[in-house]
Amino acid sequence: MMQVRKIHVSTTVNGEPREFLCEPGQVLSDALRNNLEMTGTKEGCTTGDCGACSVLLDDALVCSCLVLAAEAEGRRVATIEGVAQDGRLHPIQQQLLEHAGLQCGICTPGVVVAAKALLEENPDPSEEEVRFWLAGNLCRCTGYDKIILAVLAAASEIRGA
Amino acid sequence: MSLVQYSAPSTLAEALQALAGGAANRPLAGGTDLLVQVKLGLRDPQHIVDLKRIPELTALTLDDNGLRLGAAVPGAIVTTNREIARIYPGFTEALGLIGSSQVQGRCSAGGNLCNASPAADCVPALIVNRATCHIAGLGGERTVAAEDFTTGPGTHCLEDGEILVSLELPRPAPRTADAYLRMIPRTEMDIAIVGAGVALTLDESGVCTDARVAIGAVAPTALLVPGAAAALIGTTLDEDSLRNAGYAASGAAVPITDKRGTADYRRKVVGVLVRRAAAIARSRIEQPT
Repeated sequence: MMQVRKIHVSTTVNGEPREFLCEPGQVLSDALRNNLEMTGTKEGCTTGDCGACSVLLDDALVCSCLVLAAEAEGRRVATIEGVAQDGRLHPIQQQLLEHAGLQCGICTPGVVVAAKALLEENPDPSEEEVRFWLAGNLCRCTGYDKIILAVLAAASEIRGA
Repeated sequence: MSLVQYSAPSTLAEALQALAGGAANRPLAGGTDLLVQVKLGLRDPQHIVDLKRIPELTALTLDDNGLRLGAAVPGAIVTTNREIARIYPGFTEALGLIGSSQVQGRCSAGGNLCNASPAADCVPALIVNRATCHIAGLGGERTVAAEDFTTGPGTHCLEDGEILVSLELPRPAPRTADAYLRMIPRTEMDIAIVGAGVALTLDESGVCTDARVAIGAVAPTALLVPGAAAALIGTTLDEDSLRNAGYAASGAAVPITDKRGTADYRRKVVGVLVRRAAAIARSRIEQPT
């Protein structure tokens, strides 16, 4: 086997410059969790089906399990750790709590990141739009209704603020 | 995994050099197919060449000549462009059907072509829009019609070391519209059992003067069906003509039976979807948004 040379990556995570060394085949979710010790991003399926590892990469919502860590070079990554500001939960996080929109919590970071991306593009989505947008975020606990209601409530709260 | 190298060249020439060593070198666009295949052990590249830092692969221009779409432009960039959605509504819908919001952040029309699934949603829509594929290799550049790009399930016309650079969709003639429909067992995020794309041009009196019909998931590759188009051209798209186009599509289909649907079912449904897609395309011409 050929010697695998690690790749030095300089990137920006939640507005902060970060650097790490990764293997060529390492994916971004793994680098976030194990190299940068940012374990808020969860790994569920690792094949892009469940959405637990959702992050923004240069403002695009992506599954970080289907992004090579080396691709983050010079790009901006936004993770769940950057959502709450100054110790205050984002309205989506608060409404998920109030609607009991989580149980085991594995899907929750991905749901929050994805829902926040939706509301920043579309502050007043219909229930159907929320359901379609979050179709790539699988939750095996809640049955989805509470998540959808929480996102709609957060949208309403943000619009009113 | 034998992946030992990742590179992200910033020019096409560098990428072609990097890919020249044979099939162990794989180009990467959005990775929504390739990285899954690597993880599942279906592919074992040694060197992944990321194409997303090459301007030709990520450029998008829309002008009087039409749409020039870099092969690695993500679906979300296309589907949120209202002007593209207005001019190519069927293509936009077909591309938007691929995967989740997260997949849309990465997947591309070029990748959908290169993955070469018979059920690829945007391929029938590219075909009816007369898309041409711009290909570059160390030996030079060439173009291939979208209907000739895929050669079978998982195979395409690219030689080792060649790259699909961009897709070009000509500007549609006045009073032209396209539509794409697919049949899936679930409500969303599934693989098509049947896909159907239709593009129509009508004259001022409502007579169809040009038509393209392409069907997906009912043959080893997406198929252009000239017989279905012929059933529409010269008609006012009355019920009989629409039905005849559907019959022509069913007749052209050579589907398989698998866990998602039987051959008989696919053959029947493809006719229904062609008929319905044609009706949608007509309504888009008559009642433009």
